[in-house]
Amino acid sequence: MTAVAQTSAARPAEPYLEDIVKKFTVASVFWALVGLFVGVYIAFQLAFPVLNLDLPWTTFGRLRPLHTSAVIFAFGGNVLIGTSFFVVQRTCRASLFGGEPLARFVFWGYQLFIVMAAIGYLTGVTQSKEYAEPEWFVDIWLTIVWVAYLAVFLGTILKREEPHIYVANWFYLAFIVTIALLHVGNNLAVPVSFFGAKSYSAYTGVQDAMTQWWYGHNAVGFFLTAGFLAIMYYFVPKRAERPVYSYRLSIVHFWALIFIYIWAGPHHLHYTALPDWAQTLGMVFSIMLWMPSWGGMINGIMTLSGAWDKLRTDPVLRFLVTAVAFYGMSTFEGPLMSIRAVNSLSHYTDWTIGHVHAGALGWVAMISFGALYHLVPVLWKRAGLYSMRLVSYHFWIATVGIVLYITAMWISGIMQGLMWRAYDEWGFLQYSFIETVEAMHPYYVVRALGGTLFLIGGFVMAYNMYRTVKGDVRVEKPFETAPQSAPAE
Amino acid sequence: MVDPTKHETHEGSKPSGPKTMGHEWDGIAEYNNPLPRWWVIVFMVCVAWAVVFAVLMPSFPAAKDYFGGMLGYSSRASLRGNLSETADARAPWLEPMKTLDASAIAANPELLQVAMRGGEVIFKENCAACHGVGGVGAKGYPALVDDEWLWGGTIPEIVQTITHGARNEDPSSHASLMPAFGRDGILQRAEIMTLADYVLAISQGQAGSDAGRTLFEANCAVCHGANGEGTKENGAPALNNQIWLYGGARNDIVAQITTPQHGVMPSWNGRLSEVDIKQVAVYVHSLGGGQ
Repeated sequence: MTAVAQTSAARPAEPYLEDIVKKFTVASVFWALVGLFVGVYIAFQLAFPVLNLDLPWTTFGRLRPLHTSAVIFAFGGNVLIGTSFFVVQRTCRASLFGGEPLARFVFWGYQLFIVMAAIGYLTGVTQSKEYAEPEWFVDIWLTIVWVAYLAVFLGTILKREEPHIYVANWFYLAFIVTIALLHVGNNLAVPVSFFGAKSYSAYTGVQDAMTQWWYGHNAVGFFLTAGFLAIMYYFVPKRAERPVYSYRLSIVHFWALIFIYIWAGPHHLHYTALPDWAQTLGMVFSIMLWMPSWGGMINGIMTLSGAWDKLRTDPVLRFLVTAVAFYGMSTFEGPLMSIRAVNSLSHYTDWTIGHVHAGALGWVAMISFGALYHLVPVLWKRAGLYSMRLVSYHFWIATVGIVLYITAMWISGIMQGLMWRAYDEWGFLQYSFIETVEAMHPYYVVRALGGTLFLIGGFVMAYNMYRTVKGDVRVEKPFETAPQSAPAE
Repeated sequence: MVDPTKHETHEGSKPSGPKTMGHEWDGIAEYNNPLPRWWVIVFMVCVAWAVVFAVLMPSFPAAKDYFGGMLGYSSRASLRGNLSETADARAPWLEPMKTLDASAIAANPELLQVAMRGGEVIFKENCAACHGVGGVGAKGYPALVDDEWLWGGTIPEIVQTITHGARNEDPSSHASLMPAFGRDGILQRAEIMTLADYVLAISQGQAGSDAGRTLFEANCAVCHGANGEGTKENGAPALNNQIWLYGGARNDIVAQITTPQHGVMPSWNGRLSEVDIKQVAVYVHSLGGGQ
């Protein structure tokens, strides 16, 4: 144990590049606020359509991809790349391959991709593929940036001074490689002209739909799951100061997850023109995916064995662990919704939206907030955050927001599905579409309020981080750090 | 940040052996706890279930066809079943409605009940977007709950209007256009003002100015009637009441005389079946002012 401790204390020949991680951290917080704000706005648009403002640029149809891309690719992507640059250096004891220039290219190149995509959404220059809306020239640019990212990450692993590759880096690498594959595969298209933005997909009909959802589902699997599991595998044990629960489980669930996830896409196309055999395969792989997904949850939560008391005293750890709990909930709900009979009710309803946000707000955003709260004092060399109390407020505001959001969507989604399929005794539909829309209105309002709370939490975080970077420390009652008198739970 | 020796102090609360894997990355060590047994069991059950389900259901592509599964399930066959169930539920009323005309359907109490329900469903899905839920109408879109009918309010007339619509590409659609008295210079601005005041007056049951009456008789009466009672042959609304298609404020009336709006209704022939049109006509006829 002491020998190991000595080697891990040794620093690499070159210093870690941390300025680049700072850039990604700032960008993450910025894009989080932008993405959440647009999300809240379009949530209010659904409840109050007058907010579309009768302008093409501000209609729901254009702002919705702006929201999804801003939160997934801008916020999530910056968190993933930033934390991966931080984690890979420290767990490999090597500075980034390619040095500052290559890393800086990845940073600015990625921000340029985000801005190009956003301008396309607002001006209507898009291809009709969900979560892959940018046109061909933006796709080519992202491919270049992504290859540079892969080079930095893989190069750093290859020049590592640790004998073994840490589990977080397996997940980061799976994320980077698979996203490259998905991005290139799904976006194959023929531009109409060299100087024009318009292109046509290389796929047609049901093959196009299948390719799109192979991409779409694995964007969830490898961007929002594998990538953020990498974050979990570094920041949870780091913050809890406990060893990872099980190396064996990490290997088994990693390979099971990677192998099974890639087949599950067809469950997005139940009851469509997709052949029955493909629908069945998508469904059974989704069911088999349940336990491999939960392997990550077990490893995350059980890592806290012997350190549960820290949840009371460290709100940052509370973010990380609550995220893992939401991860467990949504990776149970996902397989459930992939069952065709369940899907016949849930498909096209708000239940799907609720499910996505249980994952996106509860898992992705919460684990990101936890990681960012941990990173800021480390990167800016502060003793701690400006205020732990503010972190705790953020935690509760965000949690209440999520609960309002997902319960509203469960109710409205299931109600919507039941209303759509209701027939009367003469064989007429019981409800017209507009009646289902009217019935959902109150839940849309609740959802928008839940989103507003989540956004407010984001601003609390940004303020806390700004004061931390400035070097301020808030005068406040500290959380109890010596819990020996507290009863065990 | 992390003191690796600190782990030792927590060993007592750990569920299994104290040994870590022996590596550390940035102070993070790993235990090698066995896979939780319940996890392995549930995983294996899911895999076994997947295999069984794949044998029962269509699940694998083949060179020409695909493996159809032992249960012989097909989503197309399943859909056909659902559709034929619906068709069975509809048959008792659908067949008589095919042969009877809409007025005869309205006269048959049992069929009337079905047509009212079916007409409501069709109306909400197809008509309510313009005419409002329940036919309350909106500015530019006639209300169907009152007894003023642009193109006639008997059941056959309603069937005719729904089938062919108004001012569209269907050769049988209603096609009259109000002249643009202002834009095309037929009337001067002052005359339009006088006329608007006159229309406003007769809408409130007053006589109105003589000058207005002269202008009205010369320009408007041929379509809107000598007393502003409207004519359904031209789809010209009555002006002697408080029901307004394009608004009843003085400005609205001036605007309509100057550059009239011409409402368009699609032809539903081919979009809705004949039985659907009969049902929705019976429903609309019942909304308030059927004639």
